[in-house]
Amino acid sequence: MAAYLVRRFLLMLLTLFGISVIIFGLLRVVPGDIVDILFDSAGMVDPAGKLQIQKELGLDKPIPVQYAQWIGGLARGDLGYSYISEKPTLGEILPRIPVTAELAGLALLFSVALGVPLGVISAVRQNTLTDYMLRIASLTGLSMPAFWLGLLILMAIVSWFGDMPMYTDMPSGFWQQLGLYAIPAAAVGFRSSSLVMRLTRSSMLEVMRQDYIRTARAKGASVQSVNYNHALRNAMLPVVTVIGIEAAFLIGGLIVTETVFNIPGVARFLVESIRVRDYPIVQNLVMLIAVVVVVINFIVDMLYAVLDPRIKYSD
Amino acid sequence: MTAVEFESELTRAGARTDTLWRKTVFFARQYPLGAIGAVIMAVFVLSAVFADFITPWSPLTTNAALSLAPPGGAHWFGSDYMGRDIYSRIVYGARISLAVGIGSTALGCFFGVVLGLLSGYLGGWVDLVTQRLIDILQALPLLVLALVMAAALGPSLQNTILSISIPLIPYVARVIRSNTLALRELAFVEAAHAIGMSEFRIAVRHILPNTIAPLIVLGTAQLGSAILTEASLSFLGLGIPEPYPSWGRMLSASAAEYVRTAPWLVIFPGIAISVVVFGTNLLGDALRDILDPRQRG
Repeated sequence: MAAYLVRRFLLMLLTLFGISVIIFGLLRVVPGDIVDILFDSAGMVDPAGKLQIQKELGLDKPIPVQYAQWIGGLARGDLGYSYISEKPTLGEILPRIPVTAELAGLALLFSVALGVPLGVISAVRQNTLTDYMLRIASLTGLSMPAFWLGLLILMAIVSWFGDMPMYTDMPSGFWQQLGLYAIPAAAVGFRSSSLVMRLTRSSMLEVMRQDYIRTARAKGASVQSVNYNHALRNAMLPVVTVIGIEAAFLIGGLIVTETVFNIPGVARFLVESIRVRDYPIVQNLVMLIAVVVVVINFIVDMLYAVLDPRIKYSD
Repeated sequence: MTAVEFESELTRAGARTDTLWRKTVFFARQYPLGAIGAVIMAVFVLSAVFADFITPWSPLTTNAALSLAPPGGAHWFGSDYMGRDIYSRIVYGARISLAVGIGSTALGCFFGVVLGLLSGYLGGWVDLVTQRLIDILQALPLLVLALVMAAALGPSLQNTILSISIPLIPYVARVIRSNTLALRELAFVEAAHAIGMSEFRIAVRHILPNTIAPLIVLGTAQLGSAILTEASLSFLGLGIPEPYPSWGRMLSASAAEYVRTAPWLVIFPGIAISVVVFGTNLLGDALRDILDPRQRG
């Protein structure tokens, strides 16, 4: 187990290194140079000024040196300065993390709370009208873009109540936060709940065909007990993986949803920074997302061993 | 499952498969949801191809007098703030979605198949390097990677296709690799070796055709997610540039400002995206049931 953990950890570092190279490289091939943009917006015409900006931002050095400086800074906790606001990147990113984390957590809660029970119902009542309705509903959820669902909810609430709570200031209390985040979280979570439901259903059906389920029925265990104590527990294994992967994919859904609902989280910040070519923010944010995804995958792998005693990591 | 096996499966199930029409009827009876999906996809493709003939207005012509005209009369779905006909823009938008969907799926599948086949068949260090590359590509959510790529390449149709195809590669490569690993051990590959066939020929002539079924299933699913990703990218202003009528772009221009005053700007493009992706999902599920019975739900 220890050897596996070490190997898995080293692979994780290798993956993160690869991502950092790719992201850094991609942002350096961007056609419009940030220097040109800053130069134009400052209304300068003197070419010497351009060189000056380039020098200040460290963009006159060779790309490998720039990369080494970035990674060296990361190791020291120094993420550089935003090109636009000229404030430290870390200070710009940190306050936005809790906003997105809460939203993602709420969305995940929504997707599991809705997806798992509906998946079980759909499997237990396979090929009934309920099953068909639920399957069509889940496919609909998978087909709707998250931002459109967000816009529809916004539209419905505005037309019924005349207004809806929108993010203007940092919410103070728990209830105020819940009020602001519940709707966007539901818009994002609905899609993942469809995925969780579909997977719970097929996983349950798979498990319910096994011999030990027949044995449990034969010995006279109640339907409830067989479904929940015997089947669901084993059916949850692949579902946990998908929930793990979905946690990462929620970030994709959050990018558009935060934009629609005007929520100042990291996901919207990424889009804004990409638009204005604020590389220090973009490359650090993408790295942050990659770290979150890679760490979640690692945790899911470890959870496997806890949930299923048959799985043992050796060598 | 190969075509021959599918035929025999149909016959066993009591189908009369002597004509194409009878096969179609059997498919529709057996998989009603899949048939609905196929019809949706057919309508989608036909509207894209015949857009010139089924739209009364040009999707790009502006008309100040018609700005934000509500649905009804000559403009079935209303018009946008520049007075452009929404119905025509949605029909022409099918072209963009179809081009991006098919283009990026094909490109992603091509690279995915090459990587998956190489890494599964050759094994060793090739496999090791490919696996790490796939790990890297998969560590970023589809939309995040597509977003950064689209920003780096600049907004255009070709760049959008490329940006969406790259994040699709790891999914295809994984499936093809695991299939190849299983196929490599089978007797017919050993036989091919025994008669002195080259490695390349075995991989292309014997392994590749046997991975077609999972590829079709995966490709259909990816078509939907490519269309959704294009919509998201264009919605965020980093996909298809104006004035092209991309469904996602139509939603971004109208987004929150017109939610109160002109809801038709929000409703119709969204329905178009959802219905088409719904169609790919229905068809994909039915194809999976037919081609990959082990996964049947």
